Amino acid sequence: MKMNYHSWKPDGLLIYAVLYLTFIYLPVLFLPLFSFNNSTYITFPLKDFTLKWYDKMINSSDMHHALFNSIKVGLAVAILSTIFGLLAAKAVTRYRLKGRGSLVSFIMIPLVIPEIILAISLLILVSQAKIPLSLWTVGFSHLLLCIPFSMLILISRMEGFDKSLEEAAMDLGENAWITFWRVTFPIVLPGIVASLLLTFTISFDEFVLAFFLSSTDPTLPIYIWSSLRFPTKIPAILALGASIFVISFFVVSFAEWLRRRGVKVEPTSGI
Amino acid sequence: MSQDPIISFNNVSKSFGDVKAVNAVNLEIQRGEFFALLGPSGCGKTTLLRMVAGFEIPDSGEISIDHQLISGTPPNLRPVNMVFQNYAIFPHMDVRGNIAFGMRKSGLSKSELNRRIDETLELIKLQGYGKRRAEELSGGQRQRVALARALIKQPKVLLLDEPLGALDKKLREQMQIELRLLQQQVGITFLFVTHDQEEALTLSDRIAVMSEGHIMEIASPAQLYENPSSRFVADFIGSMNFFPGKVTKAENGKLSISTDSMGEIEIPALNSEYAERSRVWVAIRPEKLKPLFSEPKDFSNVMQGAIGPSAYLGDRSHFYVHLSKREEPILVALQNLERSIDMLSGPNQKVWLQWSTEALVVLPRD
Repeated sequence: MKMNYHSWKPDGLLIYAVLYLTFIYLPVLFLPLFSFNNSTYITFPLKDFTLKWYDKMINSSDMHHALFNSIKVGLAVAILSTIFGLLAAKAVTRYRLKGRGSLVSFIMIPLVIPEIILAISLLILVSQAKIPLSLWTVGFSHLLLCIPFSMLILISRMEGFDKSLEEAAMDLGENAWITFWRVTFPIVLPGIVASLLLTFTISFDEFVLAFFLSSTDPTLPIYIWSSLRFPTKIPAILALGASIFVISFFVVSFAEWLRRRGVKVEPTSGI
Repeated sequence: MSQDPIISFNNVSKSFGDVKAVNAVNLEIQRGEFFALLGPSGCGKTTLLRMVAGFEIPDSGEISIDHQLISGTPPNLRPVNMVFQNYAIFPHMDVRGNIAFGMRKSGLSKSELNRRIDETLELIKLQGYGKRRAEELSGGQRQRVALARALIKQPKVLLLDEPLGALDKKLREQMQIELRLLQQQVGITFLFVTHDQEEALTLSDRIAVMSEGHIMEIASPAQLYENPSSRFVADFIGSMNFFPGKVTKAENGKLSISTDSMGEIEIPALNSEYAERSRVWVAIRPEKLKPLFSEPKDFSNVMQGAIGPSAYLGDRSHFYVHLSKREEPILVALQNLERSIDMLSGPNQKVWLQWSTEALVVLPRD
């Protein structure tokens, strides 16, 4: 008797997966839904379709200011953190360092300290040193938070490719700097992109540190938080949220595409 | 060979922590030679090679390439190129890109460079593979690309780190022949590192056998195999049976040695280093013992034993022979010249082993 093993049966794992995805994405989908809803109140039933919240969003200069603050800080943090992470990853994976293990775990500490503790201690430090609160202090604290992430990503990328590739480049006549650009950089590029995206995202939606260390010049999360007191502002924030959601979707897709067309690094065995 | 060293090591030492990887090595490699550094893993051979390439710096001593001291020269400015153990083909470039990598500063025009790359591809028999990427190449092809990438630079010395280690047996044997031909064709000095004694014997003009950071002996393959100078070398290269003996008489250019299993033997003294009563090893290769399966008439140069475990290897058979005065069995290799399925009728069969005096090697014993 012939058996059809490929007949579709609803199995437990599939149901689990569908529930899981629904649970994650359903709340997020309320954002665009209500951003087109012609009502200040976020309740069902829905009223008419409208674009006025988007119009409001586009014309709110406060919001733009906060958005650009966040982008500014996020870009600076992403670039600096990735550079530091790359240098640290190179040092950790390529040189015989004394106390390498404890050094790495020391740098990783901000990953495990509760952010609020970090925020309070930084605030104490900054006020003791009489440094005025500004986007600079926010950026500095974000850098502290992001470097461990960059390091983790880039160390795993650097460990994944063979040191003898760099030696081969030097053997073929290139100095350390050109070797970095012709061999190391192209091979770790996907890691660099991943680090840039992740650290930008972390900085962009970081709230606690920004709350403690910013002045009157807010980043976007601080602006959103302070707007919650004014119900009329909320639909415009939903519109902004929906826009950011769509943009992130494209950015992540682009990054994934970039990663896939990047170099496949083969797993190398130890010598 | 004329004395024109292209590389010389002068009392070179290198330690990693407490481990002396290379210990006071003196070595000269002649221009145009195919030279092997042979030894078990951890003997310092790779460190020696990497010091020539510039990836390791000697703690003391001097290395010169073509009569120039190179201690302070970084790897990128040394006139040598290396084929890495895992070939280190750049994964983000195709074959042409890999081969052209080192030619950035060559000053060649684009068309001239392309012509050179084509020539090199032809040399390593990879015409038509220029556009392939590393992951689309087999192990043997990768090795060819690694060779091409180094040879196009026309180095004074080509360094090869376990060049055939990653290939399977058939391909390895084929590449051995090709490497040898290639070296003769390009006329560049090849210095290579291997732990595989067969590879070293097949490829090299001369071999340096290393152990624990020291060079034990430098000689041609035949010299090392037939006339090794120490028990370590004799044991490391091929198989060898050792019999403890004592010199009873050393005069008139002859040595008389008494041994347990071989009895009294008398052989010409090639050098005068053995005095009377000095302790020696008498050694013989397994294939130089001739097994006789019926009792011989003449018992000179014959010892009797019983056959122990055996192994059939196709072209030859190996079997152990137990001797009455010796705990450890000795190894005998027999060429399977006849097509016979069961030459050995089984364990405990009586056998007489015959040797000729010329086949014996006398080595110092502490």
